[in-house]
Amino acid sequence: MKQVFARPRALSPGATHYCPGCTYGIVHRLIAEALDDLAITGRAVGVASVGCTVLAYDYFECDFQQAAHGRAPAVATGIKRTRPDAVVFTLQGDGDLAAIGTAEIIHAAARGENITVFFLNNTIYGMTGGQMAPTTLLGQRSTTSQAGREPGRAGRPIRVSEMLATLDGPAYIERVAVDTPAHAAKVRRAIHRALELQLAGAGFTLVEVLSACPTNWGLTPGEALDRIGREVISYYPLGVYRDSSAASPAGADAPGGISQ
Amino acid sequence: MSNPAACEPGRSDNVPATHELVLAGFGGQGILAMGQLLAYAGMLEEKHVSWLPSYGAEMRGGTANCTVVISDEPVASPVSSRPSIVVAMNDPSLDRFEPTVRPGGLLLINTSLCGRQARRQDVRVLEVPATGIADELGEGRVANMVMLGALLGATGLVGAQSVLESLAKVLPPRRHGLIPLNQRALLRGQEIAARHS
Amino acid sequence: MVMGQKVLMKGNEAIAEAAVRAGCRFYAGYPITPQNEIPEYMSWRQYEAGGQFVQAESELAAINMVYGAGGAGTRAMTSSSSPGISLKQEGMSYLAGAEVPAVIVNMVRCGPGLGGIQPAQSDYFQATRGGGHGDYHMLVLAGESVQEMVDLTCLAFDKADEYRNPVLLLGDAILGQIMEPVTLPDPVDTAGLPDKPWATTGTGGLRRRNVINSLDLRPESLERHNLKLKAKYDRMASSEQRHAGYRIDDATLVLVAYGSTARICRRAVDLARREGIAAGLLRPISLWPFPAEAFEAAVPRAGAFLAVEMSLGQMVEDVRLAVQFRRPVYFYGRTGGVVPTPAEVLVQIRETAGACGASTAPAASGAARGGGLVK
Repeated sequence: MKQVFARPRALSPGATHYCPGCTYGIVHRLIAEALDDLAITGRAVGVASVGCTVLAYDYFECDFQQAAHGRAPAVATGIKRTRPDAVVFTLQGDGDLAAIGTAEIIHAAARGENITVFFLNNTIYGMTGGQMAPTTLLGQRSTTSQAGREPGRAGRPIRVSEMLATLDGPAYIERVAVDTPAHAAKVRRAIHRALELQLAGAGFTLVEVLSACPTNWGLTPGEALDRIGREVISYYPLGVYRDSSAASPAGADAPGGISQ
Repeated sequence: MSNPAACEPGRSDNVPATHELVLAGFGGQGILAMGQLLAYAGMLEEKHVSWLPSYGAEMRGGTANCTVVISDEPVASPVSSRPSIVVAMNDPSLDRFEPTVRPGGLLLINTSLCGRQARRQDVRVLEVPATGIADELGEGRVANMVMLGALLGATGLVGAQSVLESLAKVLPPRRHGLIPLNQRALLRGQEIAARHS
Repeated sequence: MVMGQKVLMKGNEAIAEAAVRAGCRFYAGYPITPQNEIPEYMSWRQYEAGGQFVQAESELAAINMVYGAGGAGTRAMTSSSSPGISLKQEGMSYLAGAEVPAVIVNMVRCGPGLGGIQPAQSDYFQATRGGGHGDYHMLVLAGESVQEMVDLTCLAFDKADEYRNPVLLLGDAILGQIMEPVTLPDPVDTAGLPDKPWATTGTGGLRRRNVINSLDLRPESLERHNLKLKAKYDRMASSEQRHAGYRIDDATLVLVAYGSTARICRRAVDLARREGIAAGLLRPISLWPFPAEAFEAAVPRAGAFLAVEMSLGQMVEDVRLAVQFRRPVYFYGRTGGVVPTPAEVLVQIRETAGACGASTAPAASGAARGGGLVK
């Protein structure tokens, strides 16, 4: 009998700690598939951040470093600069990347560090219990914006992909979503593309994945997926925000590495 | 290093010869370089030396000074509030550092740029028209070397030959062509000191 | 640069060169006076040596880059001065928790807050008590001259690897800015350094994954980890005490000072001896572990101890802990960037000697010659 479905080899056996209906598991699986497909698990070094991805080091069969809150791009910089042959990626949520880690992500992107950032945007602080994030939509309820985010008090949400795309450093930035199978197929392609560009030495790559957090959104898993399509994508449009690889030869500007 | 006395410098109960100098002037007058040459020359003569610049915000104000210590024993404090020798290359430096010279110490004044004479009666004073002489030599920037020459002439702190040797080490080879000019400047300074001794 | 030959070098640059020669192949830093010569030097020297330099966007980023590089097995360093070191505390705690070797240099300036840019020793508590969160310790080494800072830089990299622990080199603005003659060490061959089988170099498909991590949500398991760290700190505390003594064998008044202040105190000791006061100096080189064993040898002879610091009194607490009330412990400190002079310290020595009745040194030591106060 032909086997048509299997756990990716790069994905560790065992259950994750993610809540029922959380879409992070889908993203993990797609990353692991890409590591398998590109045969780079043995070269991969992941960087887990603080937030729901904090335990990511338990879920992949590659080397991992756990980083302080927001600092994953800096940690990844240190790894990649000294291990240029490693394929270095970070997994960061929106609190980690778009609040406490804004300096690190902007400057890693501006330097064109040859790393790949998987940015999981679920518009809320999940691990700490549903507080408002920089990406929380206007009107969205959270434990620190209980009547809904109000711009006079709490400002407006940050569109990270658009902001980073204003920089000359990044090689590739795409926003995708996991709300439908068709969209998930695009997530898969974006993950492949980002890692392939890193392998080619193109420089900084980032895939923003709009994700669901049914627990903290107070929705059922199905409703949460619907919300992505109904509300989230309209504020955070999907698409490729930067792809400089076509314009310039791959790796032209990416920082080199240490000579081993 | 756990053996207590092993890495400590030798002791001495004789009063050792320790010279603490403050060199001061405008930024751009080669004050720090003058101090470095002095320290370098001292090192070549196997003396204990230290050089400590003013740095940071103070530098931005346009003044520059450094403290040089040349001693027969390991340098204890590289900072000096009562230097034995002060070189004042301009008025603000004279105002600031003249009061700090140790009684019996030496004060060198660049009379080309200092509008007043020394006020202290309890120190030796050597007036050197350093900038004027440097201009005569065709390069105002060697005023520091004229002054350094006068300092060497007045104190014998280090040999002029050591200073020239240091210059050859400090200057990149492409600028070694400047050494003869610096040597002339050094000599003119030494002559001034000789005339006043 | 010719090997084995004395060169006149600025402290900051000498430390940077020593680090490269010790095998440091990654440096990340952020500008702050008075340590700017370290990143400036590293910005070209690392590339010359086949390493990497990153001018980070902040001290936070810099220490975390070092965490990444150190975790990946490379000898890595960052440097800063007091306000910047405060920002690095987060990373230092993570380095200790995840057991990542790294060398951190603090060229201390005066505080608190933005303070000033002049020399100080007011970061002693932060350095020796673990300035970041959680139970941890770092080896803290403090030299008194450019040469000693160079030697300690090399030692710091070896000890960081040996213990898989961050090591802090504590200098001050004087030691960073001063130029002194120095003999540089021969470069180590980085290929010959011991393997780091724990590093995140990629599994190569040949081994289980390596994880650099300080998180453990299971209390008993984290306690086991912390007890393992404690055992390591205990080993460091017993094996890594370093100090030097000066005229201490017959001293009845023992000055205690480290770093730049120690050299000032050495001069003051000489001046005091000329007046017949049997003063000596005990100079801690390792601030953590504090060289308490050296005090065991000094206490029986000493009438009193006088701690001298460029702070309002920090190391003096360790002196009191080491002396354990067996002898009086006095303190003299300057702060705000004021550097004490040998003459000022001498005044304190006279007063302390008078108060504790420190006896006149034996004639055999050659005291009471010389001409009194020279400074």
